[in-house]
Amino acid sequence: MELDSVFYTDRSGIPSNLLLDQLPSYQSLLYRRKPAASGSTKRRSSSRTRSGSSNSVKFGQTTLVRQYEEKQRSPTLRRPIRELAKPMAEKRSDKLERLEQAKDLSGWSQWRQSTRRTLRRLREESAELLSNLQLWRGDIHVIEGMFGTGILSYFSFLRFLVLLNFVMFLLMFSFVILPIVVAPHASGNATYNYANGDWVVCSNYPSTTRRGLVLFQQHITDLLSGEGFLEQTYLFYGYYKVQAINFSQFTYNLPLAYLLVTIAYLFLSLIWIVKRSASGFKRNLVQDEDRFQSFCNKIFAGWDFCIVDENTARLKRSSLHYELKTDLEEERIKQKIAHRTQKEKCRIYMLRLILNGFVIAVLAACFYAIYVATNFSQSAQMTKVLDTTLDCGEQLWENQYLPSIVITLANFVTPLMFSFIIQYEDYSPAFEIRFTLMRCVFMRLASICVLLVSLWGQITSCKESPCVCGYNHVLYPCWESRVGQEMYKLMIFDFIIIGAVTVFVEFPRKLIVNYCDCGLARWWGQQEFAIPNNVLEIVYGQTICWIGTFYCPLLPAICTIKYFIIFYIKKVSLVNNCRPATRPFRASSSNFFFLAVLLIGLALACIPVLLSVAQIQCSKACGPFVNYTTSWEVLPRAVDKLPAGARSFLLAISSEAFAVSFFVITFLAMFYVIALAGAHKRVIDQLREQLAMVSLHNLPGFTPL
Amino acid sequence: MIKTFETPPPFASQWFDPLPPPALSSGTSCRLHGRFHELAPHLVPMDYTNEPDIRLPLTLIVTMPELKENPFRNRIVEVFSEDGQGNLSFNDFVDMFSALCETAPRELKAIYAFKIYDFNGDNFLCKEDLEKTLNRLTKGELTPEEVRLVCSKAIEEADLDGDSKLSFSDFENMISKAPDFLSTFHIRI
Repeated sequence: MELDSVFYTDRSGIPSNLLLDQLPSYQSLLYRRKPAASGSTKRRSSSRTRSGSSNSVKFGQTTLVRQYEEKQRSPTLRRPIRELAKPMAEKRSDKLERLEQAKDLSGWSQWRQSTRRTLRRLREESAELLSNLQLWRGDIHVIEGMFGTGILSYFSFLRFLVLLNFVMFLLMFSFVILPIVVAPHASGNATYNYANGDWVVCSNYPSTTRRGLVLFQQHITDLLSGEGFLEQTYLFYGYYKVQAINFSQFTYNLPLAYLLVTIAYLFLSLIWIVKRSASGFKRNLVQDEDRFQSFCNKIFAGWDFCIVDENTARLKRSSLHYELKTDLEEERIKQKIAHRTQKEKCRIYMLRLILNGFVIAVLAACFYAIYVATNFSQSAQMTKVLDTTLDCGEQLWENQYLPSIVITLANFVTPLMFSFIIQYEDYSPAFEIRFTLMRCVFMRLASICVLLVSLWGQITSCKESPCVCGYNHVLYPCWESRVGQEMYKLMIFDFIIIGAVTVFVEFPRKLIVNYCDCGLARWWGQQEFAIPNNVLEIVYGQTICWIGTFYCPLLPAICTIKYFIIFYIKKVSLVNNCRPATRPFRASSSNFFFLAVLLIGLALACIPVLLSVAQIQCSKACGPFVNYTTSWEVLPRAVDKLPAGARSFLLAISSEAFAVSFFVITFLAMFYVIALAGAHKRVIDQLREQLAMVSLHNLPGFTPL
Repeated sequence: MIKTFETPPPFASQWFDPLPPPALSSGTSCRLHGRFHELAPHLVPMDYTNEPDIRLPLTLIVTMPELKENPFRNRIVEVFSEDGQGNLSFNDFVDMFSALCETAPRELKAIYAFKIYDFNGDNFLCKEDLEKTLNRLTKGELTPEEVRLVCSKAIEEADLDGDSKLSFSDFENMISKAPDFLSTFHIRI
């Protein structure tokens, strides 16, 4: 039986399979190979295999193989023996061979080899140790075993967010809060800032601590709404009135630190997310570039070899079956679309236009409702100080939480509407799912924007326009704290809703479906863990955290705790109440999808933060930026105080000349990379044709023209 | 010589010197020996110093919980057995789990996956191989017409040289782009 010569691949010039070796992807694979867990990198070696396992024929040693083995005598072109596809007995003989060869080497090469081996083993062991230290490793293994890799990706995404929030909290804490707390102990004295000059009129900040006899319920209300006693704590922006901390050796400029930490955490989140999504993005690009390989992927990589449970195996089989049927259906629909007549096309497009218009109208209505609710809530909060007849419950739910309630209701109703409407728009099933998701993402994230815009409208509208201080200092003496409170309320309410839905909807549903054999149970069915909706929920929470951290520096800590608890809530709910989804969500594409949505959330969160840092006047009654017009002004002033060399360097970097040349160079690099990609694509197409021609040549009876 | 099972021996160096440690750690190798012994306690000795040639038949190996639910369990055991009939010695047993563990490199897994899916052993994945694979996967829930359609589409997607069957190079090229392969093609032991 002839050996397939494509099993031999090496760089020492034996013509193995020239065509495949020339493929750009192959070359870059050779160059950039990351072996799983082992340290050996750019070496390729032979990987002999058995020819035919259904009979016990020992493969013959062709001259090719012997020549090849001789080339392999050099010790540098070697893979670890364990990575070779040989039976154990052969690996042992190989090892003996290598040991003999090693004795022939000089002491220097021997030492190098043994060091390399030790380093590799060290690396592997540390990687194993690090992976053991991962948070929730055991829980996630259990979930993977029971529900497969799709749901696993949701939980590892949740874990990633817990870590991200924790790191953000550490940043904020160590650069902003820690110096203030440590100052008295480290013999540093803090200087506080007071508004001076023209801004004195804006600096009147009435105290919000409650006076007199405070009812117990008031404390609960304050805790849930961030007002009262919470407003005068490190939780909110307004409490950071320190201007500078004078330690013995240096002066710590707190406003500068506050601003730089804000920029740092946004930048860090961006880098971390992009790094995590890079591999998924490359895979998606490759998939789109090449023919989409859904069938092959399902047949050869569809079965999860980790499954040990009979029920899970049955479910996996039915989900594979469902996936294949869906793909066949997609093929059928593609054929149908290709054969559409003109009249049908017109009808479909008209219908789509009308339905999209309807969707936009619904979205506009929701946004208007949020706008009205925010305005009502803000004005109610202004007047509540005077009106003491309102009891706590009403105050809380009708005034404070009204925007949150409206947003949650809108986010609950609109996905149902979207999934109903899209059935009539006659798209292919895969596109339907993606499009509905996109609409839901837009709805969720845009509702936060609408809330912020209406808040901003309220803050910057005064009786006499334009406002004296740049903002309404009568109603909002410390507007940043107020925005921070709104974000805090959104976050708390989101957490309450997730917990409440789990306890009051999912558990009863399970009880009803399991124990009551009525029509309701049959229609409702068992709970399915809907991954996209759950992901949107936590992305929404994370966006609020990103926006709110500037105004409420301890928000990342609250978010960490919130996601930590949500992990356990979701896990318990999943294990007890849910069955695996009939529409399986593929792990590979879902990772990329989650991170893409998170990136959209980050981009959306950057806009309000950067706008308010650069454009809106900071309040003169509270916060670290009292003596500056806008928060951004801290930077130019700090740069002015630097020594001349550093100052001129920084000024040069921020000048137009540098920016223009930087952009020009970036564009040139981009054009080069695009041209390279185009050239590779052409080479790939040519090589494919060559392959087809070569195999045609090899057919018996082929006579070239 | 360590005879008992309580104190895990420095496994590789003790019994298979000078074999380098497999991709599994020594603790795992020790555990593997325990599992191998469990399958046939009267056949498998605890002491491997004399390197006894004990082979367990396929029917015994596929009763392991890790393999029990796998539709390709017979093929996996056959591929790793030296005689091709599925009788595994302990060497082959360790080999099998080493190749299928999480840390094994992608190329190695691709080679063994190709061998597993190649039912008739002709170094090509032809239509019959694919149909058998698909039937094992879905346990006959698809109609023959659908099976034919899926297999022809799969070959269409992956076949580079146009001979309407998949050689190893086609397979490797396809599997390197299959995003789920690494995460699904491993057995945890």
